[in-house]
Amino acid sequence: MNYLLTRGARSGLTVLLVVTFTFFILRMSGDPAMMILSADAPPEAIEAFRQSWGLDAPLSHQYFGYLGNILAGNFGVSMRNGASAMSLVLEAIPATLAITLPAFVLKLLLGIPAGIFAAFHRNTWIDRLIMSFSVAGHSMPSFVLGVLLVLIFAVSLGWFPSGGYASWEHAILPIITLSIGGAAVLARYTRSAMLEVLGQPYIRAASAKGLSWRLVVIRHALPNAAAPILTIMGLMLGALIAGAVVVESVFSWPGVGRLIVSAVANRDLAVVQAALLLVTFSMVGANLLVDALNVMIDPKIRSSK
Amino acid sequence: MTTLTLKLSTLRGNLLRCPTIVLTGWIWLAVMLFVALFAEVLTPYVYTALDLSARLQPPVGFGGQTNHLLGTDELGRDVMSRLITSIQMSLLIAFASTLISASIGLTMGFLAARFRGWVEQAVMVAIDFQASIPFMLIALAVLAFFGNTLVLFICLMGCHGWERTARITRNLTVSAIEQGYANAVQALGASTWRIYFKHILPNIASTLIVSMTLTFPEVILLESGLSFLGLGVQAPLTSLGNMVGYGREYLQSAPWILLAPASIIVLTTLSISLVGDWIRDKLDPTLQ
Repeated sequence: MNYLLTRGARSGLTVLLVVTFTFFILRMSGDPAMMILSADAPPEAIEAFRQSWGLDAPLSHQYFGYLGNILAGNFGVSMRNGASAMSLVLEAIPATLAITLPAFVLKLLLGIPAGIFAAFHRNTWIDRLIMSFSVAGHSMPSFVLGVLLVLIFAVSLGWFPSGGYASWEHAILPIITLSIGGAAVLARYTRSAMLEVLGQPYIRAASAKGLSWRLVVIRHALPNAAAPILTIMGLMLGALIAGAVVVESVFSWPGVGRLIVSAVANRDLAVVQAALLLVTFSMVGANLLVDALNVMIDPKIRSSK
Repeated sequence: MTTLTLKLSTLRGNLLRCPTIVLTGWIWLAVMLFVALFAEVLTPYVYTALDLSARLQPPVGFGGQTNHLLGTDELGRDVMSRLITSIQMSLLIAFASTLISASIGLTMGFLAARFRGWVEQAVMVAIDFQASIPFMLIALAVLAFFGNTLVLFICLMGCHGWERTARITRNLTVSAIEQGYANAVQALGASTWRIYFKHILPNIASTLIVSMTLTFPEVILLESGLSFLGLGVQAPLTSLGNMVGYGREYLQSAPWILLAPASIIVLTTLSISLVGDWIRDKLDPTLQ
């Protein structure tokens, strides 16, 4: 419990740091009034703009006002079209989840069995084949993979549409692109975690006892190999919302990632900070969840603190 | 002889006996380095030079002519010249950023190990902060707020991966201090500066190199990803990611604009991970 409290306090601190970071970077980046209204706007207009955004108050005052607004769930409005920044981000989430959730499941279904399989056939051609795929999948940047898939399956073969958001067929190439890299990483971690566990004496003891190999793996090996795999899965879970920044842009998929990229290109600060904070919450939340799961499966952590 | 030079000399011995695929990786990286160093000599044209009479000319072997070996883009710019200049730019960013990141990490790690107490806590909080958000997003936020210049971009990329180096440096330094040789040198009257940079640094250097072999390819991927999105290296400068992003518009009519830089990126990152894995195996078997 103590352990989780410490982790919780640290997570809270991280969130506070991110909020502070976005606030100061927002203010250090120059006068937003000048950026939005252009330098030759009449001085009265700039003054009115400053007042409406609270830019004329002292910095400490602005900071606490900013914290209060965020606690109240008020993340400002898009400086471009006046819509609420947070609602813009929230509206983009379903589209993102529509590709990141299936990709997450696919990563697990491909990566973990591949890693276990490779560990069982260590140093055979099966192991080498799986690990070669893993190295290749892991060193291929997602935008190159995505563009190559478009070139092969959309432009040359014409099987799938190359981009857009109209039917389930549009989602297939983005999902594949997202899954491959993650599956490669998971396979690698699963393999080394399994190898470490399979070398332990209690595995030999369990098989010497006459348990079937399947039982040895499910009851004895997997739970002990789970901690590093869970950590990687936690990172992937946290990345569900923001893990598709590049892939969404490749396939013109209208999710959070593409919203962030266009907000950055337009310097729409309110939207960028709303997205950044939301992503931080989800990442930190996922990390905490993993910590809690680790405590549940690993009695060693419980007793150490 | 320090442990580092000892390890490096065994590494040299091993180089002759390493697997063919790793050797291929080494050779590819050497070629890339050569291309980057001598880019000005190797480019057949200035990379921004237009040849409007030869727009969208395919590469040699696909109906093109020998004056543009890898073809041209829609402004008639020579793809090979742009490719060579891009390799130079991407490697420059990756090298500079990896060095910056290693220096930040080393300094933070040393500070945490030297002063302990609240300094260490502050460093740990910074590490937590860095590790809890994907760096891509921090980079996007900074670029949104500050705009983009090459120097700022390199410094930004240099903020990637320092937390790993800092954590390793701190742990190794703390255990190095416990080993006693640091105390021995201190008793001989050496300054703190000398203890840390002359005695502790060489002993932990091999692990730092391992950490840098992880940061380097990540920076390449990050840079090319951001440039692909149009938020990294800005025109008229060019990088591998820029070329892929730009070539995407001509996917149907001129796929070579995109395929040339894409294959360079894939081959380079693949070589780095093969070579990096091999170096990790040799230098530090505990860090898998």
